[in-house]
Amino acid sequence: MKKNLLFIIPILIFTLVSIFLAIGLFLKPKEIPSALIGKRIPTFELPKISKELNGLSEKDLISGKPVLVNIFASWCGPCRIEHPLFMELAKNQEITILAINHKDNPNNAIRWLNMYGNPYKKIGSDLNGRVSIDFGVYGVPETFVIDGNGCIQYKHISVLTKEILNKEILPRLNGKKHVKCN
Amino acid sequence: MTAEIGQFCMILALLVALFQVIIPQIGAFKKDYNLILFGKYAAIVQLILILFAFLCLTHLYVTSDFSVLNVWQNSHSQKPLLYKISGVWGNHEGSLLLWVLILAIFGAAVAAFGKSLPPSLVGRVISIQAAIGFGFLILLIFLSNPFARISPTPIDGNGLNPLLQDPGLAFHPPFLYLGYVGFSIAFSFAIAALIEGKVDAAWARWVRPWTLAAWSFLTIGISLGSWWAYYELGWGGWWFWDPVENASFMPWLIGTALLHSAIVVEKRDTLKSWTILLAILTFSFSLLGTFIVRSGILNSVHSFASDPGRGVFILGFLILTIGGSLALYTWRAPSLKGGGLFSPISREASLVINNLLLMSATATVLLGTLYPLILDAISGEKVSVGPPYYLATFIPIMTPLVIVMGIGPMLAWKRADLSGVLTRLWLCIVVTVFAALITMFFTYRGPILAVLGMILSVWLITGALADFIEKIKLFKGSINDTYKRFVNYPRSAIGGTVAHAGVGVLIFGITLSSSFEVEKIQSVKTGDNVKVGDYIFKFKGTENVKGPNYNAVRGNFDVYLGEDLILNMQPENRSFKNPEMVTTEAAIYPRKLGDLYAVLGEKNPDNSFSARLYYKPMINCLWIGCLMMSLGGFISLTDRKYRIGAPRKKIIEKDKPQGAV
Repeated sequence: MKKNLLFIIPILIFTLVSIFLAIGLFLKPKEIPSALIGKRIPTFELPKISKELNGLSEKDLISGKPVLVNIFASWCGPCRIEHPLFMELAKNQEITILAINHKDNPNNAIRWLNMYGNPYKKIGSDLNGRVSIDFGVYGVPETFVIDGNGCIQYKHISVLTKEILNKEILPRLNGKKHVKCN
Repeated sequence: MTAEIGQFCMILALLVALFQVIIPQIGAFKKDYNLILFGKYAAIVQLILILFAFLCLTHLYVTSDFSVLNVWQNSHSQKPLLYKISGVWGNHEGSLLLWVLILAIFGAAVAAFGKSLPPSLVGRVISIQAAIGFGFLILLIFLSNPFARISPTPIDGNGLNPLLQDPGLAFHPPFLYLGYVGFSIAFSFAIAALIEGKVDAAWARWVRPWTLAAWSFLTIGISLGSWWAYYELGWGGWWFWDPVENASFMPWLIGTALLHSAIVVEKRDTLKSWTILLAILTFSFSLLGTFIVRSGILNSVHSFASDPGRGVFILGFLILTIGGSLALYTWRAPSLKGGGLFSPISREASLVINNLLLMSATATVLLGTLYPLILDAISGEKVSVGPPYYLATFIPIMTPLVIVMGIGPMLAWKRADLSGVLTRLWLCIVVTVFAALITMFFTYRGPILAVLGMILSVWLITGALADFIEKIKLFKGSINDTYKRFVNYPRSAIGGTVAHAGVGVLIFGITLSSSFEVEKIQSVKTGDNVKVGDYIFKFKGTENVKGPNYNAVRGNFDVYLGEDLILNMQPENRSFKNPEMVTTEAAIYPRKLGDLYAVLGEKNPDNSFSARLYYKPMINCLWIGCLMMSLGGFISLTDRKYRIGAPRKKIIEKDKPQGAV
C-alpha cells in the first residue's frame, strides 16, 4: 500500500502547479510598478525653451490641484501618436498639462509644437536628461500624475491611450484614486 | 471563398475528431475490429481536412487576401514570398493550425503504418490522439479563428514583425512543433497502455521510434531558435534562459529521459511505470510550453499577443488532459509489474541515474521559470530569474550526468564490472586529464568553469570514440573482422555514439566560446581602429541602402589579421515600415576557429556610431554538436528492428480474427 502512495506524487505536484498557473493568469507581469509612486517629486528647475513659453520647476507641480506631466521630445516618433490626445485634453480648462522636453534641441521642440499644437501650460527644457533620471524615466514618452502636494500618483510608460486615460489617469486627476506620501 | 472553405474544413475536422475519439475506443473495448478500422479511416480523413484548411490559409497569405483579419494583421503585399508563407505560422492562429496539422499527421501515420501493432492498441492510440486534436480544434474554431473576415477590406496589411522575417525562424516553429506534437504519440501510447494494463518490450519498441523522431525534430527546432537568436537579435548570445526558451527546453530534457528509459523497458522489461510517467510528462511539458507561450502568463522577450480568454481555455484543457492522465496513472500504474532485476552497477542503473538527473534538471528549469509567477502570486513581488540561477543549478546536475554518459554505454546489462570498464577507458582518462591541464595552463587563474567544461567535453568525445573502437575491435582484430563488425554494428548504437559525441562537441563549443570570447563595445568614427583579440576592425563609415521592405544604414568594417586585410564586414541597422520597427542585422563571418561578429548600433549626436564587435572562438561547435545530436537520433531510427517487426507477427495473428483489419 505504501508503495502505491508514490504514484500519487505526480498528480499532487501537478495540482500545485496548476493552482499557481490559474492565479498567474490573472496577474499582469508586464505592469512594472514605479518605485517612485507615493514619493515626493524631486527638486528641480528647468529653463524655458523659448522666450514666449514658461520654464518648469517643482513649484509649478505643487499648485494645490493635480497636474499631468508629460515627458516628450521632438525626435520621438511615438510622442506624435499620443499628441492628439493631449491636444484634446488641453481643451478642458480644468486640466493642467505640463511637460519636460527630454534631451531635445529647443528650436526643434518649438518647430514641433508649432506644427502639431501646444497643449502644455509650461515646458521645462531638460537638455542633458538629468531631471528625467530623477523622475525615474525609462524613455519617452512617459506621463506622470502628480497631486496638488507634489506627490507622485501614477506613471504611464510609452504611448498614452484613451483607455489608460479613462481608466487610470482621469480618476487620479479627479482625486478619486489617491496615494498618500509620507 | 477560400477562407470559407478553410473554415468549413476545420468544422468538418472537429466532427470527424469527435467520432474518432468515441468509435475506435468502443471498438477496442468490444474487440470489434470494424469500429477500429473506422477510426483508422477517420484519422486519415482528419489529416486530409486539416491539410486542406492549412493550404487554404497558405493560399490566402500568398495571394495577400487582406479581407481576412489574420492575413491583414500579419502580412503585407510587399513581403518576400518566403515570409508570406512562413507568416502563416508566425502568428497565434496560424501556429495553432500548424499544431493541429502536425497532430493529425502523426495520428494518420499511426493509422497507416501501425499495421503490425495489436489492433486494440491502435484503436486506443488513434482515439486519444483525436481527443487532443478535438480540444485544439475547439480553441481554433471558437477562440482563434484564422479565417475570420474583416470589413471593409483594407488596402494593405500590417506586416510581419521584421525580427521574424528570417530564414532561420521561418523553419523554427515547424520543427519545434514536430517535436512537441510528436511526443503526443508517446503520450497516446502511454495512456492506451494504462487502459489496457499492459506494458511490455514490444510496446517500448513501438514507442521508441516515435519518441526518437520527435526528439530529433525538437533538437533541430531548439537549435534553429538558438541560432536565430545568435545572429538576428544581435546580442551576441545564443541562449537566454527566457521562459519561452525554457518552455521548449523542458520537454526536450524529459524527452531525453524517456528516450533512455524506453531502452530499459525494451531490453530488460523493467522500469515500466516510470517510463509511462515520463511519456505522460514529456507531452505535458509540451502542452505547458504551449500554454506559457500562448497565454502571456510570463514576461518574455518573445511577447506574442496574449489573450486571457485563450489562456483560460488552454489551462482548462491542460488540467483536463494532464490531470486526467495523471489520475489514470495513479489508478492503473501500481498494477504494472516490473520484470528483470539489476545490480547497482549495470547499464540499467546508469540509465536510472541518467533519468533522475534529467528529471532534476527539468525540475530546476521549471522552478526557475515559474518562480517569478509563484512569488507574484504569493507576495505581489516582481522578480525575474536570470542566467546566474541556471548556471548555479544546472551545471552541478549536468556534471555527474556527463560523467555517467561516458561510462554508461560500456556497462553490461544486469551486472557490470565498473573497474573493468574504467581500465578499458584508461586512455580516455589520460587524455581528459591532459586536456584539463592544458586548459588550466592557458586560463591561469581564469574561470574554473573553462576547466570543468573541457574535462566534460573531452571525456565524452573520447569515451564515445573508445566505445565505438572497442565494439568493432579496431586495431585488435583483423581488418576483415573489424569491417564485418562495423557493418553489423546496430544503427541504434551508432546513433547513440554520434549523439553522445555531439553533446561533447556542444559542451566544447559552449566552454570555449564563453570563456575565451573577446567583446568590445564602443563608439566608432570613420577611420577608427578597434582591436578585438588578434583582429583589428577598421571602421570605414556607413552608407544608406534600400531593401525590399526596409531602409538600412550599412556599416563598413575592414578586418585585418596582422597586416593582411582578410575581409569586409557590413552589419546593418534596418528600419522597417510595416510595422515600424528597427532591427539590427549582425554581420557574422565564421572562420575555422571562431566567428567574427559585428553589430552596428545607434548613431550618436557626434556622428559616431556605437558598435559591438566580438570574436567568438569555436562557436560553430555549438551548432555542429546540436546537428550531431539530431543526426544520432535519425541514424538510430534507421535501425533494423524498427523496419522489420520480427517478433510482432505472431502476436497479431493470435489477436486477429479472420478477415478483419
